[in-house]
Amino acid sequence: MIRDITLGQYYRAESVIHSLDPRVKLSGTMIFLISLFINDNFIGYGVALAFLAFVIAMSKVPFKFMVKGMKAILFLLLFSAVLNLFLTPGEAWISIWKITITKEGAKTAAFMAIRLTFLVIGSSIMTLTTTPNNLTDGMEKGLGFLKVIHVPVHEISMMMSIALRFIPILLEETDKIMKAQMARGADFESGNLIKKVKSLVPLLIPLFISAFRRANDLATAMEARGYRGGDHRTKMKPLKYKKLDAMAYLVLFAYLGVIIGLKVVIK
Amino acid sequence: MEIIKAENLTFEYIRRDEEGNVEGITTAVDNVSLDVKKGQFVAILGANGSGKSTFAKHINAILYPTEGTLYVDGNDTKDDDKLWTIRETAGMVFQNPDNQIIGQVVEEDVGFGPENMGVPTEEIWDRVKESLKAVGMYEHRKESPNHLSGGQKQRVSIAGVLAMHPKCIVLDEPTAMLDPVGRKEVIRAIRALNDVEKITVILITHYMEEIVHADKVFVMSKGKVEMEGSPREILSQVDKLKELRLDVPEVTMCAYKLRKAGLPIKEGVLTIDELKDELLRLKSIKKGEV
Repeated sequence: MIRDITLGQYYRAESVIHSLDPRVKLSGTMIFLISLFINDNFIGYGVALAFLAFVIAMSKVPFKFMVKGMKAILFLLLFSAVLNLFLTPGEAWISIWKITITKEGAKTAAFMAIRLTFLVIGSSIMTLTTTPNNLTDGMEKGLGFLKVIHVPVHEISMMMSIALRFIPILLEETDKIMKAQMARGADFESGNLIKKVKSLVPLLIPLFISAFRRANDLATAMEARGYRGGDHRTKMKPLKYKKLDAMAYLVLFAYLGVIIGLKVVIK
Repeated sequence: MEIIKAENLTFEYIRRDEEGNVEGITTAVDNVSLDVKKGQFVAILGANGSGKSTFAKHINAILYPTEGTLYVDGNDTKDDDKLWTIRETAGMVFQNPDNQIIGQVVEEDVGFGPENMGVPTEEIWDRVKESLKAVGMYEHRKESPNHLSGGQKQRVSIAGVLAMHPKCIVLDEPTAMLDPVGRKEVIRAIRALNDVEKITVILITHYMEEIVHADKVFVMSKGKVEMEGSPREILSQVDKLKELRLDVPEVTMCAYKLRKAGLPIKEGVLTIDELKDELLRLKSIKKGEV
């Protein structure tokens, strides 16, 4: 059934990482990403790997779920690694026929591959352990300071959560319209690409019209229930930092400290 | 005391062409005056295009009258300062259950109204619990609305309005998109609100069966209130209802036809039990004659 599709790639489990405040996970991901880019030595990557392995073990999410995300960027990863490997100028290391691999090239390629892999796995931990709902809540509160420069943080997160709520409904509707058009002789499968794209028009137009109608209805319903923007609103499930979150922050900053320290020491 | 008071309320839709010139004016609500007293269960009945939904949208100040005034608990709906007070006094449930559920979890959706009102967190939880229990959806509080049936979704919508503690709930054809089972569930929930919680209910509908339990019925046609009275008074006038393109419940229709065929059955039979009693009464009279 189309309505059973789970959104995002949330993996349900009871773990320390799952119960962390979404703001911690958001900033944790950011810190991890920053640490990957400021680091420029293998020991640092060893520390990053250890940290990543520790978080994965804590999250109780099977490792294969994280590798899934890797498939999508495999090509990009190989491409950039190969380019770096052959095209970086420097001291020759291995030379076969006309192709030379430089020491610098090998190092950059390896760093690039490690960075990309860690980056994808690191951010997939966040999406695997946080429900989309929680994530939008975390973004609203965690990025609240952007309100000062007039970024409509509440509105954006409200839009995101409404979009998430309507994805299954619109999927079901697409299914319905598709069947209705097929019953009237529409053909969505045969023909070349251009023909296939053209055949989507009778699917997309009714879908758009209905989406607009739904949006209008929803806006009316929200106003009828007293929605008037983010000010004055209270939260049914407010985000509150717990002891665990403070500890997580400590661990994160300790990790960042180690990475920065290593960089300074090795230089 | 009146909670809703309409005085010569008129609403016109102005149709415009692409350049914005006025093409024509449709009078959706035409000089309607009616009162709803606190605690009443009122049904507004009408065929498609009779103006009943347009009227309902005035009670929640979604639309403003072109002429005349509408008072909700003493507040004029035209008064912009009172807008949110009015929306908190008169809650509204709409026709399509999918298009009015905002939350991704049942309990979060019910909490949406109180959140907007600025109710403190602990009290939101109390209100959500109590409203979900009132409509019998408490066991489903952790579920996604997408997995509920139409009737269940509509009960969640009712709970969402209930959690705002309104004095009055307006339901705009809440059962139009439901199957018979869902329709029964919803009507039962609405009746419970009126009987137990003593909330004023205004039910907009075109199903005759749903008006049977109302205290008062208004029948609208072409923007005007054509009939008003108790369900029995309304349903006795089968010919008039047919003229207004409304279907009479089967039991009432059956009694009506029997009466026309010459049986001395009373007018305005509403339930099967009543018809049975009537027929038994006739039978005993007949026996008495023999």
